[in-house]
Amino acid sequence: MEEVPHDCPGADSAQAGRGASCQGCPNQRLCASGAGATPDTAIEEIKEKMKTVKHKILVLSGKGGVGKSTFSAHLAHGLAEDENTQIALLDIDICGPSIPKIMGLEGEQVHQSGSGWSPVYVEDNLGVMSVGFLLSSPDDAVIWRGPKKNGMIKQFLRDVDWGEVDYLIVDTPPGTSDEHLSVVRYLATAHIDGAVIITTPQEVSLQDVRKEINFCRKVKLPIIGVVENMSGFICPKCKKESQIFPPTTGGAELMCQDLEVPLLGRVPLDPLIGKNCDKGQSFFIDAPDSPATLAYRSIIQKFCNLHQSKEENLISS
Amino acid sequence: MEAAAEPGNLAGVRHIILVLSGKGGVGRSTISTELALALRHAGKKVGILDVDLCGPSIPRMLGAQGRAVHQCDRGWAPVFLDREQSISLMSVGFLLEKPDEAVVWRGPKKNALIKQFVSDVAWGELDYLVVDTPPGTSDEHMATIEALRPYQPLGALVVTTPQAVSVGDVRRELTFCRKMGLRVMGIVENMSGFTCPHCTECTSVFSRGGGEELAQLAGVPFLGSVPLDPALMRTLEEGHDFIQEFPGSPAFAALTSIAQKILDATPACLP
Repeated sequence: MEEVPHDCPGADSAQAGRGASCQGCPNQRLCASGAGATPDTAIEEIKEKMKTVKHKILVLSGKGGVGKSTFSAHLAHGLAEDENTQIALLDIDICGPSIPKIMGLEGEQVHQSGSGWSPVYVEDNLGVMSVGFLLSSPDDAVIWRGPKKNGMIKQFLRDVDWGEVDYLIVDTPPGTSDEHLSVVRYLATAHIDGAVIITTPQEVSLQDVRKEINFCRKVKLPIIGVVENMSGFICPKCKKESQIFPPTTGGAELMCQDLEVPLLGRVPLDPLIGKNCDKGQSFFIDAPDSPATLAYRSIIQKFCNLHQSKEENLISS
Repeated sequence: MEAAAEPGNLAGVRHIILVLSGKGGVGRSTISTELALALRHAGKKVGILDVDLCGPSIPRMLGAQGRAVHQCDRGWAPVFLDREQSISLMSVGFLLEKPDEAVVWRGPKKNALIKQFVSDVAWGELDYLVVDTPPGTSDEHMATIEALRPYQPLGALVVTTPQAVSVGDVRRELTFCRKMGLRVMGIVENMSGFTCPHCTECTSVFSRGGGEELAQLAGVPFLGSVPLDPALMRTLEEGHDFIQEFPGSPAFAALTSIAQKILDATPACLP
């Protein structure tokens, strides 16, 4: 559906096709016939598919470039270190799919089987899906409007054969738009455990992240916690610390206090993170003793503790 | 907010530059802001149109958050940042009742607002209109380019950081520009290294070389590398004028050089 009037009442509203603003809209007849009001059967199909997925986690920010994909990838790597835990990493950043590169899977293609699309496996217990695997060249641009992006997300959730999975980690693009609304809508009946929200210390990031927290509250998405990334830089030569992205308004710590959300931890800047993402390998392997690795491990532990206690509260309530 | 569509609101704008990336967080808003400030210091009248509806950063970067937008007989009056009215700004940030309110809109509603921003802001006479965009290649980008097409933008400045993960998205952005018929004026590599203020060792925090390699690969001009500069970050946080206040700081030379290249690449206009 494209070129709708800007005061479109919505394809699934009672006024669909009948409102004054609908006159002249190319979709008027379709809406007036009630097509938009039909419940999306995909939601039921996705709920069915997600029965084999124990936990669903969204990784969000309001701000671009804060390290969502880096965090998603390393959360996946960290959890997958336990061979008995099955991890699925789903990249729904349709326009800027970074996960294939970060996971060392560039150039891989998706195969279809009788039970759906097969994820691309990094390890036996770590499978990945991204629109990046559907593009034939690194120069291919995905120039899609909202409805087409939503369709892709629907397919990813309904048609990928994840199998039995302990954690499905969903990496999202920046913002609060189609992709976010769609993933929340499609997974609503399948129960999303919660969101991890990534920020950097400066107010320019925090002001977008507060919006994201409000979005989560609006759509009743539980917030597991916030990670402050790029939190300080230790010079490799003189070992003194600099604040490249200064927390001029108190950083994530103050924001978390104000908005009553847990702070999962802070990750310092480490040039090896960028290098490893570019090479497509886990930063934990290349720099096991780096302060950034230790920070990540502590955050993953805290994530598991908080997440588990949330689950226990749900069961006991 | 209903304003009558005014076909002539961009008639007084001499040159339009879009600032794009495929990747989020590479510094589009930073580069848009600093380019506008540098052009203004070069004596030009500049406007900034911030079409990042979900994450409007520019009001804060220019110390203009909380300012009100007023209507005039030709539509919306942009927010002027100085008494001389040499720099003006329009952003959805000014239209939000609460700054933490999320703009949770799907494509069609975003497109409609962008069309209004392009046609209904009474910019007056401007030498340059710098258009800051959100990351990606989707509804907002298509709407912005289509709405600006009749006014023949000068072209796009494409921003990346040095690492392959950024360059990967920016390659797609270059394809997008080509498909949309938008000329790429050049590539700017941001966050290009950090010089430790304690010992002056320079570290490639976000890898190195990607921007220049991409420019060569794509056959577009490389406009320069802007280093990581905490003074720049701080002035953006506090809404001050970095170009005026920090002429000795690491990022100053790169930013003013990029602005000069834009000035040099601008065709002369008849007065």
